[in-house]
Amino acid sequence: MSRAIAGPEIEKLIQLLARLPGLGPRSARRAALYLIKRKDQLLVPLAGALQLAAERILVCSACGNIDTADPCAICTDPRRDASVICVVEDVADLWALERANAINARYHVLGGVLSPLDGTGPDDLNLAGLIERARAEDVREVLLAVNATVEGQTTAHYITDLLAGAGVSVSRLAHGVPVGGELDYLDDGTLAAAVKSRTPF
Amino acid sequence: MEWTDSGFILATRRHGETSLIVEAFTPAHGRHLGLVKGGRSARLRAVLQPGNRARLTWRARLSEHLGHFTVEAEGSRAADIMLDSMALAGLNTLTALVRLLPERDPHDQLYALFEQIAAALPDRPGWLGDLARFELRILAELGFGLDLESCAATGTSEDLVYVSPKSGRAVSAAAGAPYAGRLLALPAFLAREDALPESAAALLDAFALTGFFLDRDIYGPRAISAPQSRERLLRLLREAGGGAAP
Repeated sequence: MSRAIAGPEIEKLIQLLARLPGLGPRSARRAALYLIKRKDQLLVPLAGALQLAAERILVCSACGNIDTADPCAICTDPRRDASVICVVEDVADLWALERANAINARYHVLGGVLSPLDGTGPDDLNLAGLIERARAEDVREVLLAVNATVEGQTTAHYITDLLAGAGVSVSRLAHGVPVGGELDYLDDGTLAAAVKSRTPF
Repeated sequence: MEWTDSGFILATRRHGETSLIVEAFTPAHGRHLGLVKGGRSARLRAVLQPGNRARLTWRARLSEHLGHFTVEAEGSRAADIMLDSMALAGLNTLTALVRLLPERDPHDQLYALFEQIAAALPDRPGWLGDLARFELRILAELGFGLDLESCAATGTSEDLVYVSPKSGRAVSAAAGAPYAGRLLALPAFLAREDALPESAAALLDAFALTGFFLDRDIYGPRAISAPQSRERLLRLLREAGGGAAP
């Protein structure tokens, strides 16, 4: 059994940090030491921010986004186009689209995709809320911004069926050559999809 | 331990932050799992989609270990299939069926049929009929094969239009007429290799037949339900139904 090199409080901090994505026990130790050495500049403010976030973070009851208010800032923003709902798998995807400033619409976070292997079925996803929102009078388009994976597209087709009677147009993201992509290095499937979805120049 | 084989990707599961546990279907090693390090990278994620064909090299210290796969793309079908609702439901049904097989048990005939269906997806005719045949073969490989060669009552091999839900044996039109309401329909194409389904109704009959025995002999005893993709496929087929077979 390895000997503890620090008190239980520090060991617990290291253990918790090691659970974060991208950090293992060794890097967690480095991060913990870094925080401890900068107690006033970093450790105390970080602890305060974590405490505040834990107290105030909510899941938006309308779209499933994470914010400190319910409904979230995106749902209550009057400058957003309320006629378009952009459906994403996860909050990380919503953040990615917002970072890219790609669309000025409202969002709907599914909370995953249909995956028989992981036991995720329709009841595990935030689908009922989406159908209800899509039926609202001012919604004209639902954009399915799910991943271009077999599971993501299976979910997209399923949602398309659910929205059949909602009176909205359903669109999806284009599949094809990424910006900066060199044809020589692309996989056959992406190339085939890009050729199939070619547009007039 | 090391082998190299061509195979189809069936499914993937996350392992840690960057790796995937990949489930593949190969001719010589059947359904086989292995870890792909860096499988979640942008390059490999496109390759490791269900339905894609890849050259797989499996390495492990002992045969009972999970082992590692190194993967090289051989054919990308998934991107094409993803765009077609029915083809996608077909692919999901197909991969779910293979996952009923025990691991590391080769099934040459099933693999050949899998290859045929994967090549025909998304829009070459005949893949739906082959999918129904695939279900029949899965039943046979798991020890619950149907006997569609001759009539259970008279022994004739002519005019076989029913299957007994009790014995799983074919029944001729004449012998089955008094019990028609209790027998399952046997579409003619199902008994003939390479025959195309006569109509969407014949396809639905074929899936009703295989579905009955899959439920009774496979899904029921294992306490699992038929994959949702199969239900979706049948619904799409019903909606497209009536006319010529897709």
